[in-house]
Amino acid sequence: MERVFQSKIFAILVVLLAILVIWYGAAIKLNTPWQLGVYERAEITQWTKKQFIKDTLNQKRPVLPSAHQVFSEMYKTTFLKPINSKRSLVYHSWITLSATLLGFAIGTCFGILIAIGITHNRALDRSLMPWVIASQTIPILAIAPMIIVVLNAVGLSGLLPKALISTYLSFFPIVVGMVKGFRSPRNIQIDLMRTYYASPLQTFFKLRWPSALPYLFTSMKVAIAIALVGAIVGELPTGAVAGLGARLLSGSYYGQTVQIWSALFMAAALAAILIMIVSLVEKHVTKNMGAKS
Amino acid sequence: MSNKNTVISTKNMSLTFQTNDGPVHALEDINLEINEGEFVSFIGPSGCGKTTLLRAIADLEQPTKGEIKVNGLSPREARRTRAYGYVFQASALLPWRTVEQNVALPLEITGASKQEKKEHIERTIAMVDLKGFEKKFPWQLSGGMQQRVSIARALAFDAKILLMDEPFGALDEIVRDHLNQQLLQLWNKHKMTICFVTHSIPEAVYLSTKIVIMSPRPGKIAQIIDSPLPKNRPLDIRESKQFLDIAHRVREGLRASHSYDEEEA
Repeated sequence: MERVFQSKIFAILVVLLAILVIWYGAAIKLNTPWQLGVYERAEITQWTKKQFIKDTLNQKRPVLPSAHQVFSEMYKTTFLKPINSKRSLVYHSWITLSATLLGFAIGTCFGILIAIGITHNRALDRSLMPWVIASQTIPILAIAPMIIVVLNAVGLSGLLPKALISTYLSFFPIVVGMVKGFRSPRNIQIDLMRTYYASPLQTFFKLRWPSALPYLFTSMKVAIAIALVGAIVGELPTGAVAGLGARLLSGSYYGQTVQIWSALFMAAALAAILIMIVSLVEKHVTKNMGAKS
Repeated sequence: MSNKNTVISTKNMSLTFQTNDGPVHALEDINLEINEGEFVSFIGPSGCGKTTLLRAIADLEQPTKGEIKVNGLSPREARRTRAYGYVFQASALLPWRTVEQNVALPLEITGASKQEKKEHIERTIAMVDLKGFEKKFPWQLSGGMQQRVSIARALAFDAKILLMDEPFGALDEIVRDHLNQQLLQLWNKHKMTICFVTHSIPEAVYLSTKIVIMSPRPGKIAQIIDSPLPKNRPLDIRESKQFLDIAHRVREGLRASHSYDEEEA
């Protein structure tokens, strides 16, 4: 019995159960005023408690949709609609995901390049880092439409502008992590390379790059999650017609809370999957680099 | 000076570090000649500049005054021609490389061929007695074995000079004895010139043909003792009268250079 309590699955189940209890409790409470109004207008004066709870949990446009509403909506829009349909969640997810991945890839490369510059050039260290930090203090919601407009003016539209908004957010953790990573070799390791009369390029590839890899993966996990946020946020103020952000936006226009929540859960699931993929690659790479398993 | 057997020489060499608390005179007026085939130990209390001197020879620090010649070249030129191997206090192995990959690192940098690398790995790993551990990662080895790998790595360029900065300082005495013996064998067999920084009197006496006693603040050479011990030294030579006499002289030398002042105060 003790083993059951200590097991991982037990812990996960307890947390899950707690979330569901809070969720349903909140849903009943938040949806009660509307439900009372519905009864009043329909002149229903007698209802059982059971009937009332069931009704609050199955409203068409609830303040807070219940879990089963959200998940059945997700199921319907994921599996029961053709993938190329505008009502398919898979379709919208793919639109957002492609921008996320492109933005993440550009952001990672860009971030690594900036980190290389910062670690190898004193002037860049002093001049670039403040700008990198300042860039993150600008609300992405404010700058996103401008990026779209400016890029449109130079003839770029479609996937790339949205991806660049992802890039804008995701390059930052890469820069910070990789600067630390490239500086992580110990002094004697750097001295060792000097005694070999190694060129800066050799020192970079034989010492700095492998030393920085663990930092790269940590940064990438953060970066890929916020690249997804960037892609979604990039869809909000730009009037995108497809993507999870567009789904959120149209949901809020028409009071489709169930649709909003299912898009949110889809985004969360995507983020989890993306981070898992990065973790798997990390495991594979560090195993080849002799990490203790 | 024109002795053709002189491998390392310094002339009026001084080295001052500029720090936030003002200049620190790490080395002052160092005059030293090391001949081919010598095993020279540098001993002294911490802060006497023995490591700095070794680093200056290796072109890892720049003297502020005077000059150093290694194989008749400037330290930088000597470094460029890969005239020496350097063994650090810690093994400084790259943790993502296996033993043989670590040993091959310097050869990758000089761009040696695959065949050369293979031969070299086999030979040096045999030299430090690590056969069978080629595919292990550093964390799978004991501290003594790790330091042996770093010695094998330092032998990579077949350099005749080996600079060692307290290589066995972090090891326990039994392992240290064993490695001292192996090092002597290596030195004997390959006719190398070794500069060895240590803070252990028995280690210095056991290994060296020449013991350089240094004194701190500023770092200076206090005394140079030539050891009359034979080249072939079994471990129990350390109980001999001759050995104890030299150890005594080294201790006296250290005392005369005020190395024990702090502890006595």
